[in-house]
Amino acid sequence: MKVLEVNNLSKSFGTLEVIKDISFDVEKGEVVSVIGPSGSGKSTLLRCINQLERVSGGTITICGLDMIQSYEKGKPVYADNKTLRDIKLKMGLIFQNFNLFPHYSVLRNITDAQIHVLKRSKEKAEAVAMELLKQMGLPEKADAYPYQLSGGQQQRVSIARALALDPEILFFDEPTSALDPELTGEILKVIRQLAAKSMTMVIVTHEMAFARDVADKVIFMDQGVIIEQGTPEQVINNPSSERTKMFLSRFEE
Amino acid sequence: MTWNQILQSTQVLLSYLLPTLKVFFYTLVFSMPLGVVVAVIKKIRFKPIAWLTNIYILIMRGTPLMLQIIAVYYAIPMLKLNSSPWIQNLLSGIDVRSDTYQFSALILAFIINYAAYFAEIFRGGIESIPIGQYEAASSLGYTKAQTFFRIILPQVIKRIVPASSNEIITLVKDTALASVVAYPEIFRIAKEQMNFYSSLVPLFVAGLFYFIMNAVLTVALGRLEKALDYYR
Repeated sequence: MKVLEVNNLSKSFGTLEVIKDISFDVEKGEVVSVIGPSGSGKSTLLRCINQLERVSGGTITICGLDMIQSYEKGKPVYADNKTLRDIKLKMGLIFQNFNLFPHYSVLRNITDAQIHVLKRSKEKAEAVAMELLKQMGLPEKADAYPYQLSGGQQQRVSIARALALDPEILFFDEPTSALDPELTGEILKVIRQLAAKSMTMVIVTHEMAFARDVADKVIFMDQGVIIEQGTPEQVINNPSSERTKMFLSRFEE
Repeated sequence: MTWNQILQSTQVLLSYLLPTLKVFFYTLVFSMPLGVVVAVIKKIRFKPIAWLTNIYILIMRGTPLMLQIIAVYYAIPMLKLNSSPWIQNLLSGIDVRSDTYQFSALILAFIINYAAYFAEIFRGGIESIPIGQYEAASSLGYTKAQTFFRIILPQVIKRIVPASSNEIITLVKDTALASVVAYPEIFRIAKEQMNFYSSLVPLFVAGLFYFIMNAVLTVALGRLEKALDYYR
């Protein structure tokens, strides 16, 4: 079953084309790594899928729900608000700089959307949150505030916050880029655990070794287009394009 | 002045504390919500409305409050006498000879003036919240209203407390401007007594009143700031 289908997606800011005619699918339980140099459009791709940017062309389908209904005079016509919300709730997004809510405790960061968006009871929401915090190895931080946590801990809370809404697919936008090198390991470990539980994930990352180890599929992007996609063996170990080879050679030293 | 006279004068001044506080509280209670509204209107993408809001803020902040109080106070009777029929019609419900007219006109001037200042403070506060907060809320499925009231506004309030405290303390002192249209509050009475006794003491006592009010406010607002200090 396909959780995500992206077809001929394009995105321009004014005259600058950031994404050009991108197509790929994500199957249920699949882990997809998106790699590529800075400015290649990886983050913009995630932001288009997560409705943080309006697309310029193409279609996006999440769990069979179409985000864009049609095009009129070259402008996308998005689905009605209810459908867009249903789609949103099937996705979770992890940001590079966490974006936790500073005025809420760790527990409330994880329960608030459950209570006010999913309309769960407070008891249920807190039970879900505590279970997730245990998974993340942070049960003792439930009453702490985000500023009291390290970057790695904040990122784990933000993963718990996204997971609490039971998304079908999780997107990670460079989840370790804002972290000190010694803290990236704890995030990668969490993502590995999620992969072992067959969580469907799309991960934009600069961690090549990680991308190779954890991903079922690797997508290499450059200048807004997909240069190569396939298994990690194909794309990272035996790249066919010159551009992929050049990009990867920089990680070898 | 004898001690007895000072005591008497202080008692009289004290009885005008309530009208002073009335100006203060009415202005605060109405200008703050109005300021939020103005700050939000200023963000509307329809340009003419944003411009009108800008012009309003420019005038309110660019001219003396004393001038504005006089203008509002005398504008209504003058417009009632001499303006186009539809304006006269509009103002026909206002009786400028009624007991409440003085206070109403006065407080209107205070409210629209202070709303402009608060609007700028709120706008600054809203704009200081990182876009990532909106994006995180959006990706978690919060509606726009939920995002504003649950995520953005609480953080804005924390950030605007210091600037608002400044404004609130200034307002206490600005209530003295109400004397310009002969509203009986502490400052006007102090001036009358100053003339009556040929002494600066009543003025000094009035100053002490303002000082004490602001000392209390400073402590209270400081506590509020501290209470919001549980997060960064």
